[in-house]
Amino acid sequence: MTGEPVLQIDNLESYYGPIMAIRGVSLEVRKGQIVTVLGANGAGKTTLLRTISGVMNPAKGTILLNGEPIHGREPDAIVAMGMVHVPEGREIFPLMSVAENIAMGAYVRRDTSAVRRDEEMVYGYFPMLGERRGQQAGTLSGGQQQMLAIGRGLMAAPKIMLLDEPSLGLSPLLVEEIFAIIRRLNEEQGVTIVLVEQNARVALEVADYGYVMETGRIVMADTAHTLENSKDIQAFYLGVREETQRGQRRWKQRKTWR
Amino acid sequence: MLHCRQQCDGNHPVWGVGELDLLQLSISGLANGCVYGLIALGFVLIYKATEAVNFAQGDFMMFGAFITIWLANSYYLGINFWVAVSIAVLIMGMLGYLLDMIVLRRMFGQPQIAVVILTIALGFILRFLAGAIWAHEPQSLEFPLAGEKITLGGLVLGVEEVAVILVTFALCGLLYLFFSRSRLGMAMQAASQNQLAAYFMGVPVKRIQSLVWALGGMVAAVAGVLFASKGAIDPSTGLLGIKAFAAAVIGGFGSLPGALIGGIIIGLVEPFAAYGLPAGYSQIAPYLIMLLVLIFRPHGLFSQVQKKKV
Repeated sequence: MTGEPVLQIDNLESYYGPIMAIRGVSLEVRKGQIVTVLGANGAGKTTLLRTISGVMNPAKGTILLNGEPIHGREPDAIVAMGMVHVPEGREIFPLMSVAENIAMGAYVRRDTSAVRRDEEMVYGYFPMLGERRGQQAGTLSGGQQQMLAIGRGLMAAPKIMLLDEPSLGLSPLLVEEIFAIIRRLNEEQGVTIVLVEQNARVALEVADYGYVMETGRIVMADTAHTLENSKDIQAFYLGVREETQRGQRRWKQRKTWR
Repeated sequence: MLHCRQQCDGNHPVWGVGELDLLQLSISGLANGCVYGLIALGFVLIYKATEAVNFAQGDFMMFGAFITIWLANSYYLGINFWVAVSIAVLIMGMLGYLLDMIVLRRMFGQPQIAVVILTIALGFILRFLAGAIWAHEPQSLEFPLAGEKITLGGLVLGVEEVAVILVTFALCGLLYLFFSRSRLGMAMQAASQNQLAAYFMGVPVKRIQSLVWALGGMVAAVAGVLFASKGAIDPSTGLLGIKAFAAAVIGGFGSLPGALIGGIIIGLVEPFAAYGLPAGYSQIAPYLIMLLVLIFRPHGLFSQVQKKKV
């Protein structure tokens, strides 16, 4: 299942103005993996993805894509190298039709016949989008917009996809549907996936490997299976309550990584 | 109406306007409106793509006109009219592109007001530059078909006015095709609808923004050529950019067809206000309409306001 590393990040530091949002993050993603980055609000997950995809420039550190340094490059160059970022909050083009949104996903590509084939593939994964090709994207529902954002990302023919909170604001049923598609994309198309999530339960279910971020640092890294069974993750991200000897919940719990 | 005209004998201007005059007035108003509309189009193009308002748009128009006059008029260089127009359009496009690349990109992250003041200052610079090079006297472009008349059953139309209207509509059709069919046009749309998402799709947003400025400059040059073909232009004519700004607001800042229609509304209202109202009031009319639109339809007549779903 896992192959050579496609994405290697070493000691990355990134700032929002004077605020240090990423404080020395290192991680590795191997070919064919689904890697999840978990963390609460403000942990720096989105900043990490934006820095990887080139929308933000890191202050320090290196990012290697297939062994080639990409830190500080413009996002269009990085998309052309086969890494696409599906942003948080369904950033679609609201006044364009669904089909035009999908077409924009292939902006960096010139191979028309392959693009057409991928269009059909996207509509195959998301039949709902095919039915609504002509509809203005801004009028789609939230879940449909999320599917459109993922479908549009696929049109760049990515080898690696950065998904930022695909479950944000969606009903549990839709979350399940979208995660099933993510898994299929990984298995059938061989797309390596970096999945940033607050919803640790669904993320750990699909992921092979997981990182936990807190205030700009990676505090835990292990296989998804181990993380799922870790007491800390269960207590802080999965909401599992541990009964103490007195039969009450302990509110003053300490995380072991601190 | 006819009855009244016989009675009043055309002493009062309002009653002096017969059907033909009315039509003639509408057509010259429409021609004026087209020029306003094209300048407004430039405002909206640049605003949508870069969220900056180019208050020098009217001066771009004036400068484009003067470059054409300088190239084409017999007492200057006197080269072929169509070649002159193409060169002027290209020069204004390059001016827009370089302006964005060299000046405005450095303003990134600065407050909006800084960009506003910058473009106003730029307008002044262009105005005085034009005055220094070509003097402050009104000049008109030697339009090859100038002075010819088209008669349509008693209706006498200047070729210039008809040309202005036709060229404007042709240009709008061309822009429509460009934005809906071409790769670059789609990228411009994408960058203006959602800059961040355009970035993520690999659209080189910065270069696209410079190209939008170039397009704004080119449209302004065409507007300038049209304006100078049907009347005299002097360096301070660029100030009618403010009127075009009102047109853009009426159309709903952010809608391209809205900008054109806003311009046409203003162009049509002006001559009628000049006939029907005491002197001086006609100049107020465009702004009065803008005020009314802002009160009753704050997003303009053709707004494209979208609420983002969370």
